[in-house]
Amino acid sequence: MKTVFERTPTLKDCPTHYCPGCGHGIAHRLIAETIDELGIRGRTIGIAPVGCAVLAYDYLDVDMIEVAHGRAPAVATGMKRTNPDKIIFSYQGDGDLASIGAGEILHAGHRGEQITVIFINNAVFGMTGGQMAPTTMLEQVTATTPKGRTAAGEGYPLQVAELLVTLPGTIYVERCALSSVAQVRNTKKAIKHAFELQLSGAQGLSLVEVLSPCPTYWRLSPAKAMEWIESHMTKVFPLGQLKGGR
Amino acid sequence: MAGKIVINSERCKGCGLCVVVCPRKTIVISGISNKNGYFPAQTDNGDCTGCAACAVVCPEAIIEVLREGSGRVIVAIEPGKEKKPTLTKEKA
Amino acid sequence: MTERGQSSRGGDKRVLMCGNEALAEAAIMAGCDAYFGYPITPQNEISAYMARRMPDEGRVFLQSESELAAINMVFGASATGQRTMTSSSSPGISLMQEGISYLAGAELPAVVVNVMRGGPGLGNIAPSQGDYFQATRGGGHGDYRTIVFGPSSVQELADCMLLAFDLADLYRMPVMVLADGILGQMMEPIVLKEKPRRDLPAKEWALTGAEGRPQNIVRSLWLGEGVLEELNCTLRDRYEQIQKNEVICEQHDVDDAEIVVVAYGVAARIVCAAVQKAKQDGIKAGWIRPVTLWPFPIEQISKAADELRIFLVVEMSNGQMVEDVRLAVSGKAPVVFYGRPGGGVPTVDEIFELIKQLTLRSKTPI
Repeated sequence: MKTVFERTPTLKDCPTHYCPGCGHGIAHRLIAETIDELGIRGRTIGIAPVGCAVLAYDYLDVDMIEVAHGRAPAVATGMKRTNPDKIIFSYQGDGDLASIGAGEILHAGHRGEQITVIFINNAVFGMTGGQMAPTTMLEQVTATTPKGRTAAGEGYPLQVAELLVTLPGTIYVERCALSSVAQVRNTKKAIKHAFELQLSGAQGLSLVEVLSPCPTYWRLSPAKAMEWIESHMTKVFPLGQLKGGR
Repeated sequence: MAGKIVINSERCKGCGLCVVVCPRKTIVISGISNKNGYFPAQTDNGDCTGCAACAVVCPEAIIEVLREGSGRVIVAIEPGKEKKPTLTKEKA
Repeated sequence: MTERGQSSRGGDKRVLMCGNEALAEAAIMAGCDAYFGYPITPQNEISAYMARRMPDEGRVFLQSESELAAINMVFGASATGQRTMTSSSSPGISLMQEGISYLAGAELPAVVVNVMRGGPGLGNIAPSQGDYFQATRGGGHGDYRTIVFGPSSVQELADCMLLAFDLADLYRMPVMVLADGILGQMMEPIVLKEKPRRDLPAKEWALTGAEGRPQNIVRSLWLGEGVLEELNCTLRDRYEQIQKNEVICEQHDVDDAEIVVVAYGVAARIVCAAVQKAKQDGIKAGWIRPVTLWPFPIEQISKAADELRIFLVVEMSNGQMVEDVRLAVSGKAPVVFYGRPGGGVPTVDEIFELIKQLTLRSKTPI
């Protein structure tokens, strides 16, 4: 028998700190595989967010930096502008990117920075204990919306991908999900495309929004959490290549 | 058995996603916990085709997949239009 | 080049420049690879100058969307081993404190220029020295320091920039140059001259892509038990080295002085004139001018306080550096403060009169 699937070298061979069924581990693997398949480990610099994925550098074996909450696109800008030959990617959660870092992603996108942004949307702040995120669904119960999010009280879930599509500086925006084998495979293609665009020198920012399960703070089993992405999240966050098809 | 998987059960957190996605239902959750206190996934590889669905969804990336023959998927819950799964890698 | 009155004397570049432009040109001379900044008065000449000059030099200029973004762009560029800087004025520097703290925690070099204006809040755009505490105490959260220069002439401002980049790289930490609205706007003839540079270690920690080597990580998060304490101790040792090796301080006529006036930056220029006037009036006056505000010239001031004399501290604030002077004096001599906050600038006569009163009082038997 031949080995047809194994851990890719850029994904360090160590346990993660993530909860059982968390999507971060899958997303990390897709990025690591992309880096190895494109052969760019030696010129890639990754940016870890504040949030559950703050320790991403413990899992991804590339040069990495951990930055202040939400500021990854600004840090990426500083890196890419001074190192145009390097491949710069940020990995950000919804609290990081859509809440405190909304300004930074908007302007990096607006300037058309040649960076790749992997945006993990799990509709909740995980690291701090399951508080409401800008992407939290209406009626979703969180630590800070104990009766469920209301449009009147907290506003509607923020559609980051749709927002970035409107900016001339973005060249590729796709929303994917980790909700099934097929969707994971599709997410891999999207991530790889986003890296390839940067590698080709395409002028602009690419963002892949990934709907990712947080079984712990959705208070669902891992399997049910996957179902919930498809039954609930994709209704508000429709999947697809929103800008710049591949 | 056309395929085979190897689960690093000491690193498994027992999330059970592999159990759900396995088209041949060859994976179960063990009744015996590992050293971290999780009940890991286990398999006897009964009808395994080596489709790698389990490995694709495993958040810990601790499932290795082996397959007879060319390395192409023989039976899988296939995924869209792609003929060849992009996540599986040929190994000489 | 936009310098006015440029001429060549003995190979040095002698030019008439305003402080903001002079520090920008000095930064370019220091090898600054990238400048990131956001507009704020009274330092806008810096970014305008950089916008013209940096692309000519094949370097990076970028106007950021905010001060938060600017300091984080600096953070990113610095992490890749580039020499980088930003500049702002008081309210903008407050916004940058998050990034400065992260720079300190991640041990990244950077140069931050603060052309101070009146505060608190939006304050005004007049010159001020109200950010001394913020600059010398770290400014952001956590247990750290920044090296702080308080130059008092356009020439010194330019010279500080060269040294600031070297010290930032040498000690792997943010260095702040604290100017004010007057210094930034004022034009003086200066000589832009290469200075002997420090021996700097290679930046082996830099993020350059892990080609043929293990991964480099730049981080300020240390969760393991005792690990952060260890980092803080390393920083403390480094700060002690800096306190030992990097103090710059000017002293004039201190030895026989009955009164010593302490001031920095633009206030020191006024003090200098007032002290000259006092001396002409027969008063034994001297003055001390800290050039590095952190590390503070503790030893120099402590030594001066071994003789019985009055210390007068003059600042364009409600009294900030005076606390460091009091700590250095340690109760050995009286310390009097005179300050003009909120954009007020003391006059030579104000200080001269004060020197007269204080020395007269000290001669009056109680």
